[in-house]
Amino acid sequence: MEWTAIVMQLFTGLSLGMLYVLLALGLSIIFGLLTVVNFAHGAMYMWGAYAGVATVAITGNFWLALLVAPLVVGGYGLLVERTLIRPLYGRDINYPLLLTFGLQFIMIEIIRIFWGTSDYPFQAPEALSMPLEIFGIFYFPAYRVFVIGLTVVICFVLWFFLERTNLGLIIKAGTRDSLMVKALGIDMGRIWWLVFGIGSALAGIAGVLAAPIRSVFPEMGLAMLVECFVVVVVGGMGSLKGAILSGIIMGEAIAITTLFYPQMADIVIFLVMAVVLLIRPSGLFGRAGLLE
Amino acid sequence: MEEQVQKQSWWPKLVKVVSDHPLVFIILFFFIIPFIMPYKALATQIIIWGLFALGYNVCLGYTGMLSFGHAAYFGVGSYTTGIVLIRLWPNIWFGIFCGMLMGAITAFVLGYLCIKRRGIYFAMLTMAFAQLIYFLAFQWVDLTGGDNGLRNIPATPVTLFGYDLHIYEPLRFYFFVLFFVILSLLALNRILESPFGQVLQAVRENEPRAKSCGYETTNVRWLAFVISGSISGLAGGLHAIYLHFVGIDSLYWTTSGQVVMMTLLGGMGSFIGPFIGAGIFLYLEDMLSALTSNWMIFLGVIFVLCVLFFPAGVWGTIKNLSTRKKD
Repeated sequence: MEWTAIVMQLFTGLSLGMLYVLLALGLSIIFGLLTVVNFAHGAMYMWGAYAGVATVAITGNFWLALLVAPLVVGGYGLLVERTLIRPLYGRDINYPLLLTFGLQFIMIEIIRIFWGTSDYPFQAPEALSMPLEIFGIFYFPAYRVFVIGLTVVICFVLWFFLERTNLGLIIKAGTRDSLMVKALGIDMGRIWWLVFGIGSALAGIAGVLAAPIRSVFPEMGLAMLVECFVVVVVGGMGSLKGAILSGIIMGEAIAITTLFYPQMADIVIFLVMAVVLLIRPSGLFGRAGLLE
Repeated sequence: MEEQVQKQSWWPKLVKVVSDHPLVFIILFFFIIPFIMPYKALATQIIIWGLFALGYNVCLGYTGMLSFGHAAYFGVGSYTTGIVLIRLWPNIWFGIFCGMLMGAITAFVLGYLCIKRRGIYFAMLTMAFAQLIYFLAFQWVDLTGGDNGLRNIPATPVTLFGYDLHIYEPLRFYFFVLFFVILSLLALNRILESPFGQVLQAVRENEPRAKSCGYETTNVRWLAFVISGSISGLAGGLHAIYLHFVGIDSLYWTTSGQVVMMTLLGGMGSFIGPFIGAGIFLYLEDMLSALTSNWMIFLGVIFVLCVLFFPAGVWGTIKNLSTRKKD
């Protein structure tokens, strides 16, 4: 097999991995602070894609869609936290999980009612539709390069926000011990609210970015949710570093198996997960015993 | 005062009697269901899913483990029963037994990988491994039929003393399924009343304490998981025979979600709850899907409201209300 094909597949894997990274970051940041496992995360990703479809249908502008999707889904996340998740704080941590599980079916049905059940084609924008020459050795779709670049930027912004701003420090402190942060006079309720919104917005942007690569349909989030859980479990619950590393590993694992043994492509991430968990039960960067 | 309470409310007493003797009332109830449901097949479906939820409840309600991967045991049971009947030996008892056994074996193997983790990790791991089974079945087209599902499961006759029972007539099939449901209920009742059952509930309430009393809690939970898996496998096998078909959907993780919803709707930690939950879910599904193709939105809303306001489920809420009246 030609080695350029392998390098190209590695790039494809990286762009897929970036979608996992965005989704897993959203899940992980919400879980780390709120200890809520957001089962509606896949549905939020799907809503992001549909928000993109709608924006492009109305304005014809992909760049606007890229902005609208995270705003819509992030705003929806803020609403959900305020109205549905908040009453469940202080109860068993299984309840938010079950609630968001039910919520995702409502979200899927809402899309089915307004857009129907069939696939929506979604074209990459004109400016990114041509192949790009990489290192002068092979051509690669510019859109996928854009996905990789944008995700790196988002990761950097998120890192800057969490490490270099006061709000970020409060969030980090809250992840360690939210009771202590509360005792210092900080309104954790608003921080939780904000973080749920940020996590949802990340799912929204992942959705619109995925739209031209994977097709847009109401159940697109169902399989994606499980894959993200695998990414998060392998990376270590609540660890952002872990989410990024594991997202890339999983994207590459899928890409490589697709090349050599396509029948295994759907299965490989679960095998990677089983191996990682047998060696490191709390994941690559997980803190052992966090909320067990 | 006490007399007044007795005069005013007869129903708390009824609830108490029912919850004290759940088996008697469930079995009585079973003989009514086929006649109050719009058609017999729905009643059969309700008790099959009720059985599945009952098995699931051993995991969630009695041991406190939130599994999101029970589709694996249900689906593996379905496929095993179907494949055995088609290829190996068209004997219905043997087929169902194999389904149950494979459900237990799958739970045994996957349980080994998941059982050491608790809480949400357990939920996510069981879900991920169940999804692995789904993709395996999806790829293994020769054995499972892949996306098309497993078709043409033969309707093998059941005979008693050389006498054909014609079990595929709807009402008779209901009682055929009921036979297995009642057997499972009696067996589970025996297990949960035993010292082992008490340990299970001790693990649910306070695992460190159960551990310090000298119980190998990990093994206890593992065993409970296997029991739960075997009943799910049995329900799966019955479902395969009921439909003469196994869909690949039966392994998808939304099936796991469906049994979680049923158990929670009905009320966990009781024998009656899962059947009430399955009944409500399937009755609503049947009624709503006739009206609209978006019936799932109503069940989603009901489920969300249930989590928010009635976390104890229908049966749990009834029980709570009936005991509250006393003061």
